[in-house]
Amino acid sequence: MKASRFEFGEELIRLAAEHQDFLVCNPDTQSCGLENFDKIYPGRAYNFGIAEQNLLGAAAGMASCGNKVFVPTFAVFLTMRACEQIRHFICYPKLDVVLLGTHTGLQVGKDGGTHIACEDVGILRTMANMTIVQPADGIAARAMANFALEFQGPLYIRLHREAVPTVNKENYQFRFHRAEILCDYGSDIALVASGVTVCRALEAAERLRAQGIGAKVLDIQTIKPIDRDTLTQVAAQTKAMVTIEDHNIYGGLGSAVAEVLAETKPVKIKMLGIQDAYGESAGPEDLYRHHGLTVEQITSTCLELMGSR
Amino acid sequence: MRQATEIISRLEKRSAQMRRDCIYMIYKAGAGHPGGSLSAADIVTALYFHEMDIDPKNPLWPDRDRFVLSKGHCCPVLYAALCARGFFGRENLDTLRQYHSLLQGHPDMRKTPGLDMTSGSLGNGLSIGLGMALSARTHHQNYRVFVLMGDGEQQEGCIWEAAMAAAHHRVGNLVGIIDRNHLQLTGKTEEVLALGDLGAKWRAFGWRVIEIDGHNMEEILDALGRTRASEKPVMIIADTVKGKGVSFMEGQVGWHSMVPNAQQARQAMKELSAKWGEDDEGQQI
Repeated sequence: MKASRFEFGEELIRLAAEHQDFLVCNPDTQSCGLENFDKIYPGRAYNFGIAEQNLLGAAAGMASCGNKVFVPTFAVFLTMRACEQIRHFICYPKLDVVLLGTHTGLQVGKDGGTHIACEDVGILRTMANMTIVQPADGIAARAMANFALEFQGPLYIRLHREAVPTVNKENYQFRFHRAEILCDYGSDIALVASGVTVCRALEAAERLRAQGIGAKVLDIQTIKPIDRDTLTQVAAQTKAMVTIEDHNIYGGLGSAVAEVLAETKPVKIKMLGIQDAYGESAGPEDLYRHHGLTVEQITSTCLELMGSR
Repeated sequence: MRQATEIISRLEKRSAQMRRDCIYMIYKAGAGHPGGSLSAADIVTALYFHEMDIDPKNPLWPDRDRFVLSKGHCCPVLYAALCARGFFGRENLDTLRQYHSLLQGHPDMRKTPGLDMTSGSLGNGLSIGLGMALSARTHHQNYRVFVLMGDGEQQEGCIWEAAMAAAHHRVGNLVGIIDRNHLQLTGKTEEVLALGDLGAKWRAFGWRVIEIDGHNMEEILDALGRTRASEKPVMIIADTVKGKGVSFMEGQVGWHSMVPNAQQARQAMKELSAKWGEDDEGQQI
């Protein structure tokens, strides 16, 4: 299976044949295979070059005329260079624009800190009317392409540069808003992950099981609005929780989970993710190790957390 | 010819009424931007009472012409136009900037009937107009898009991103209008950040440029007429006077966002009525 960005792009191109009611606004990046959309479907895509503010403004203008509009590009540029256009002209008037943010997190690796988006979720999560989803693998990415066509309103889909091991089955169906419990080996600890960290959480749960610790793994596919009920239920059942995200620990998944549980069911939470830092040029695994996100480190963090009680 | 004179005379009376409405609204609200509202009044009048194809009974008519007020802080003049065209009742003019009003401090497309796009952050309207214009191309519609910008906001980089893209895509149904009143919040544009030869700049970006007196109704109508059936985007640079129509506001940078007191508001209404005829609505300060 390919990277989530390519699975999403391929599925959207396939769906475009029967769904003739959406447009694509492209910048000059190669992000998820939609660069040639206008060659496949003439008249349904426009290129706006290297100019993200105008890109998002034009997308908003198209959406104001009743179009659904997809805007794919690197998440760093999408959510920061055009942050204000997203806020004022897409979220505030609640227009039907789907933002496809690719190259998210440390997985970007060698391009370095300027290209590693580690605050995109934090930025967009504070914008009212915005919905945020993130697929854990290529299968989920394809399902989210279908979902995006049915959805109405501002939507951010967080996509990834590299392929990760598949965690979902072929018959997978995306259930919007629902946190999926992907494995349930007991109620000692809960591993709460999203996107490319889900496969790591699952592997860590297997290792914990071998050491006699029963873990649940939650895939938070919809980061906003987050599934408060499932989180609260799981927090009530387990002794501790570890959030695992390829994003700054401030503002992203960990924050979102803590915001809910501080209100509904306080539980000890350890937040794994980018430790309030920027990325740098390196192989992704070296960066993951630096931030405590390898399977071994996730496992040992859980063990420490259990032992500390 | 006589018919043309009658049209111009009717529009001039209308723009005087629009100016009175602006003064009235801003006075009532105790906040707002009179200077740029008054400088744009003739242009907005020409658009909403002559050039644009819109249907107040069907505000969301898909084939309507679009208007984007990129200089969103001057919304009183747009609200005056929408009200006079019948998109909402005059009682709403008393509620500008109030809690739950249809008329927000800056335009909100989700609250004001007939308003095509939210605005308020400068430098963005042309990009939005470009998107609207391209949507017409995709769906084989004939509507046109008018974007009214301030001259100060020409300092925003995004405008020039849109300038390049609109020329590249040869968007002939997009008309930009610059309300060139030579003043921005803190001073003269040429002293705050010089705009230089705006006409040359827009021509260099591939636009057709028409330069007019933005208070001469005949020139405004002629320029708008010449934008029909264009093969590339057109920029009308309208030379205007900030605060136009009220003697003590004209050319005064302080009236960018100052609110007239009761005496000043009465004086303004009196001046407008003395020159253009009495207030059709009998508004009292």
